This record gives sequence, structure tokens and C-alpha cells, in this order.
Amino acid sequence: MTNPTMMDRRDFVKVLGGGIVVLIRLPLESIADLRGLQQRGYPEDVNAYLHIAEDGRITLFSGKIEMGQGVMTSLTQMAAEDLGAALDAIHIVMGDTDTCPYDAGTWGSLTTRMFGPAVRAAAAQARLILTDLAAQRFGVPRSALAVENGVVFVSADRSRRVSYGELAKGQKITHTVDEKAVLRAVDQFRVMGHSPDRLDRVAKVTGAAKYAGDIRLPGMLYARLVRPPAHGARLTRVDTSAAGRMPGVMVVNQGDLVAVLSSDPERSERALGAVNAEFTPSASRLTTETIFDHLVSAAPVATVRDSAGSVEAGRAACAQSFDLTWYDGYVAHAPMEPHTALANFENGRMTVWSSTQTPFGTRAAVARALGQPPESVRVITPYVGGGFGGKSAGPQAVEAARLAKITGRPVQVAWTRAEEFFYDTFRPAAVVKVVSGIDRAGRIVLWDYHVFGAGARGSDVFYDVPNKRVRVSGEWGGAPEGYHPFAVGPWRAPGANTNRFAAEQQIDVMARAAGMDPLAFRLANTTDRRMVSVLEAVGKAAGWTAAAAPRKTGQGRGLACGIDAGTYVALVADVTVNRATGHVKVDRVICAQEMGVVVNPEGARMQMEGCVAMGLGYALAEELRFENGRMLDLNFDTYRLPRFSWMPRIETVLVANDGLAPQGGGEPAIINMGAVVANAIHDATGARMVRQPMTPERVLTAIRKT
Amino acid sequence: MPDPVRFTLNDRPVTLDTDPSRTLLWVLRTDLELTGTKYGCGVGQCGSCTVVLDGQAVRACQTRLRDVAGKRVTTIEGLARDGTLHPLQEAFAEHGGFQCGYCTPGMIMSAYAMVQATPAPSTARIVEGLEGNLCRCGAHQRIVEAIATVTHGGVGGDHD
Repeated sequence: MTNPTMMDRRDFVKVLGGGIVVLIRLPLESIADLRGLQQRGYPEDVNAYLHIAEDGRITLFSGKIEMGQGVMTSLTQMAAEDLGAALDAIHIVMGDTDTCPYDAGTWGSLTTRMFGPAVRAAAAQARLILTDLAAQRFGVPRSALAVENGVVFVSADRSRRVSYGELAKGQKITHTVDEKAVLRAVDQFRVMGHSPDRLDRVAKVTGAAKYAGDIRLPGMLYARLVRPPAHGARLTRVDTSAAGRMPGVMVVNQGDLVAVLSSDPERSERALGAVNAEFTPSASRLTTETIFDHLVSAAPVATVRDSAGSVEAGRAACAQSFDLTWYDGYVAHAPMEPHTALANFENGRMTVWSSTQTPFGTRAAVARALGQPPESVRVITPYVGGGFGGKSAGPQAVEAARLAKITGRPVQVAWTRAEEFFYDTFRPAAVVKVVSGIDRAGRIVLWDYHVFGAGARGSDVFYDVPNKRVRVSGEWGGAPEGYHPFAVGPWRAPGANTNRFAAEQQIDVMARAAGMDPLAFRLANTTDRRMVSVLEAVGKAAGWTAAAAPRKTGQGRGLACGIDAGTYVALVADVTVNRATGHVKVDRVICAQEMGVVVNPEGARMQMEGCVAMGLGYALAEELRFENGRMLDLNFDTYRLPRFSWMPRIETVLVANDGLAPQGGGEPAIINMGAVVANAIHDATGARMVRQPMTPERVLTAIRKT
Repeated sequence: MPDPVRFTLNDRPVTLDTDPSRTLLWVLRTDLELTGTKYGCGVGQCGSCTVVLDGQAVRACQTRLRDVAGKRVTTIEGLARDGTLHPLQEAFAEHGGFQCGYCTPGMIMSAYAMVQATPAPSTARIVEGLEGNLCRCGAHQRIVEAIATVTHGGVGGDHD
């Protein structure tokens, strides 16, 4: 892959003028455990830019975006730590393709794991450069100097001091890091490892924070587009004449792009209502209920992701075996901010403000659609109102850009909630077939696992199983055309939520059959030390008391664990099940997480709590219903998100492991929410939940089968 | 042309010469450029557009401009005074009662109306009062804590 940052770098240095610019290229292989990303199209290096201006202003430029996960703060903390500057001395610019280094996208809990090392390296290098300048100024060796809060001073005589700003004055240094600067050790942390006030807090509590839909330009138009009623339906005839006669309404009718625009969103909506459009029917005959048979029968050839021993040997070693099938539906991202973009075409340059997790991907898509070079397109990412993977694709930016170029006016395309539910890239529906077995001592001797539709994520076998096979059919990135009836894509740890739902219940089934306590069974079957540490931590925090058989009192406690984004997580949930209605109330969730060095403990806890809250939705209620290409859930009246009254008490435990670099934090805690609730329902009722979400109706049905 | 619509917005008189059947949400966001009030669902299901109308939390997406004539409207932009955050805003910031921040103005305005009606609400009352506000990031627990801190701390719902 050619380096996509070269043009940016030249422009970047030109734009910034004087001072000190540090450009970091960190080869991907230098970052542990991330080599696999190159196969996913990631460039070979990670870039970070840092600028110390002549007036002392320090700016960190990052292609990452802030969508609530708090990286605006944690990245700035990392820069401050290794630069030796105060947190509030650093300004961060994010997601602007004109000034920020190339980035593939903000997803996969990668910001801290992958971009973090580059930020720290750039900051440490800047500290070296500044210290060397001070050494020249004072005529002392570098080793005689120390740095504190953006000031370099002679260790033996603190009155001989100079600020970073003074050092940067008159400088025009552009430095690409070659020498490896030493990073601050964990025990010397002053900014990292702490939880300072989030940098976005005042903007967000005052309404001043700008999202893509909040940008206003003179003469801007609000567009509404003609949309098909079903996936697979094609426009055959359109009559826009009535809409075009409405005062103040502009019509664009160019093939696949039919839109009405005006200076008032409501007028545009009325104009859209006046458009007469006809579509072919959708060829899709799949529904919420028939999708599972389809996912199995239409499955592409499986890829074996993991294997050891042999399935035959495993079968022979089983004292008891368990052949179970698990089901999961399509789940929406449903960020509170729908996909939105504002585009402005001026002097041959297109500028797009977009709610996106992939500013550079958006730039490429806009450039392609307009037939313009990427350099002539600038994507600016304001605050993003939630993403969860759903804003990895950004068709609204292309729509806005095309309309802006056609009309010559700034154009906003803001999806309605119904459009959001239609064009979302859903977490895929899936079927998981598991055949597993234990010997007489309660050791797992067979694990034959086959997932259809959800992909491999979260299917890791961290239990010590001598005979195992993990097969994956239809990984969402590579599923054949038409396998899913509409777009699927990244979600918060997408397939892991399905895979843990299946795997951790299968484990519980075996624990119960072995007459063992679920925690003891897990500990007896894994020697993975990080997993043992989170299991023990969650057991301790929850006050776990061993029980070999389900309580069946209507109140239950479940356990589940897993690995995601390099982070280990274990959860305990307490539930109350109304056996007359099937209603499940989750009363308490305890989440223990080991994520290596914790950059911002409070930020990490907020992500864990967010995962638990969001996970309640897919565990209990969320499932996108559809029929023949039509979406049956188009708003929150029928697609129900977790509300305040659903919330359990959430307790978070961070298990220390400072010997390991920071791991992912945005997703791991969500992956077990289905399993932990299901296992608790089983403890409460003896009923096994084979399908997500666990709606009252399904819980009742399962209880009646017991 | 109908008469202009007059009302009080964030303690200031406003006169708008526009169609009174327009929706308050879009009038705020476009004509008045007060973009803190957010669109989330358009049907009153998510609470992102909550503003306070004569002391009551209402959904701006379900409110016509004519409905606010002669009344007092408070939006998120009207809570901080002279650069000083309202205690609820302070508490949301302090307790991490937000993540992406998109639902936050609606949350704070719902809380603002609630504490004006019930200065020391129980936790159950806080939960009930926010039931119509959706948060996808999962800041619920901290939002409840933030409101409880302000109200149980006896600060009340206003600056004074």
C-alpha cells in the first residue's frame, strides 16, 4: 500500500508555519499483537503529528474521532504524559483530513492500543528535541536537565529554566522520529493512570458541542431523498412535478439520486411527500423467523479458525455430550444522532462535515463519487453522537456532497430515524451449533463449534480442551452477496456478543450436568492466567457462593467470561424473573476487566458501564424485525432500547496488570451480556434461553418447557 | 400572513414572523440557530429534543410554534448564567453523566423540569422522570447519580 499520508504531511507543515513539528511513523509490527490488522487493509504504519507553536501552544493531531468513548481526553493524557506538559496545555484536533494524519477509522477498540503508542512516541520525541534545545541554550548535557509542566530546567539549579514556547520560538524544525525516545514508566505517571475532567464536558452539558447537524452555513439547504420501501426494491418511475411547484423547493432528479431541498427541513419533508415514486417489489422472501434456516442452508463453506486433537477422539472421551443450537437476531446501532452530513462546494474544493467513524474513508468515497482527486475533498468530523460501529460507513456524506455540487449550495443530509433503521449496517443474525462434552471428572474433552452469520470474533477457546474445532461460515466481511437481506457490519464487538451467548451458555450447561458450580467449573477448565484473574476478581466482588444446581426461586445469578480486543472480562448478573409474565429485571451486574495499563480509570469504567447498559438491549429486547426486504421496526416505539427503569446497579472492577500495554476498552464488557443474563435466568427458573433477545414471550415459553 | 409569534426564550423576548404551525424543534435549530436541542426520533420517543415550556418538560419535535405563544421556553442554552454552569450541568460534568453528549441537553432539560416540580426527588422519581429519555451510550447510572447529588444536596433546581 502506498503511503496515503505523504501529501498530508507536506500540506500540514506548510499550514502550521513555525515552531516544532514532530511526525511519527510507527511501523505496525512494533505494536504488539496488531500485525493481523495489515491483512484487513490497514496501512503499514501509524502516524501521529504533534506541533509546538512559537507561542507555546501545543496541538495534537489525530485522525481518530470522538463519539463518546472519551479518546479526546485519553489521547491528550498520553501526549501530556510523555511530553511532560500539563493536560490543559494541549489542544487536540481530531478527524480533519486536511490536518490530521491518515487513519483507517475509529473502531475495534484500537485507538488506545494502536494510535496510543504513536502519540506517546511523538510526545516523547518532542520532549527530547525540546530538551536538546534547552541543553544548547544552557550549555549543559541533556542528562543535567529535567522537564515539568512544559518547562525545562537544570536539575541542580531550578532557576535556570525555559518554557517549551520559548524554546519553540524562531524554530522551524520538522522532525520525523528515528531515535527511540524513552516513554515514561507506569510508576512515574502523572497524567496517565488518572481520571482528569473530560475535555468535552463543558461543551456537552451546555449544548455548545457541535455535531454534524449543528453546522450552519449561509444559504444552506436541507435535503430529503426519495427512498425505496424495501431492500432490493428499485425505482421505476418518479414524478417530482408537484414537489417542484412548491415555493422554495428545489428538486434534483439524477438517476439514483432523487431529492427535494429547501431552507426548512419541514418544507423539504412536505415536498418529499408530494413526490410520486414507484418501485419494483423486493425479491427478498426472508423474514425475522425464516432467516435462521436460510443462514444455515445458504452458508458458504466453513473456515476452520481453530483446531486441536480430533472431534472423533473427543466424542470417544465424552462421559456426557451436549448438542445445542443457539440463535441471534439482527441488532441496530441506533446511535442517538442519526447519520448526518453537511457539504459545501467552493472553488473546486468539497468540504464535508460528517458524523463518521472513518473520515479518510469518507473522503475517498466522496472523491470517487464526484470524480475528483482526494486532495480536493476535506472531511471534518465534529463531535459524533454515538457510533458503535454503525458510522463506519457514511453514505450520507456522499449524498450531501453530490447534492452540493449539483445545486451549488451548501447541503445538509440528515437521516430521519426511519432512514437510520433502514440503512443501518446491522449486527448480523446468526446460528451457532455446538457439540461439546465432558469426561467423568468434569473436564471439557470436546468442543465442536460452528457459527453461521456472525463471524469469528469472540469464538476463541480459552478453556483447555484437547479436542476442538471452531468453524466459521459467512464472516460478515466476506459473506456472499444476499446471505443477509440487508447490510451488516461492525457493531460494538459484533459477533462476539453472539458467540459468547452460545459458548458461555454451553459451558454452563456442562457445569450443571457435571454437578459443578459454574465458577468452579470454569476455573477447573482453564489455565489462562488472565482469565483466572478476572474470574476470581468477579467472584470476589460479587460475593459468589458456590451452587451446583440452579436455585429456581425466581431470582438467579449468572456468570460469563470472554476475551475481546486484548482485554479479559468476566461478569456476574443477578436477575429477578416474573414467572407469570416472563419479564426479566436485571438487578445487579458486576464486571471485572483486565485491560493492561489503564490510561484513564474513570473513562474505562464509563465504557464498561456503557457496555452493560447497551448489552441489556440486545439481551432482552432488541431485534430488528423484517419481512420481504421491508423493515418492520423504524422507530423507538417498536424497536425498544434500554431505558432508565431497566438499569441494574452496575459495579466495575479493574484488575491490575501494569506489565501489559493498554488494551481495548470500548467493547469487551458488552460481549457477555446475553450469556450472563441467560445463565442467571437459568439459575432463577431452570429454563435455558436459546435465542436472543430474551423477550418475556420467549422466557415464558422456555419456562413452560422446564 | 398570520400575526408574529411572541414568546420568552431563555429569559429574552422573541418575536418570530413565520408560519406558526411549524415545529418548535426546527424553528429553534434553524431560524434561531439554537442547535443544543437535538433531533433523535421525530415522534416524541427519545427525549433528545426536550425543552422546558412554562416549567414543564415537553418534546420540541411534538410542539408547534403556536403552542409556545406568550409562554416561557427554556432550552439547554438558557441554563448557564453569565458563564456559570447550572448545578445540574456541573453535576452531569462532574459525575460523567454523558458520553457522546447527544442526548445530554434533553436529559438535563428533563431533569431541570423535574427538580423544579419536585426539589428533592427520590431515586425512583428520578428514574421515572427520565424514563422518556433515551441514552445509547449507557450513562444512565451516572446521570441518576448526578441528579441525586444536586437535589439531595439541597441545592434545588435553580441558580439561587
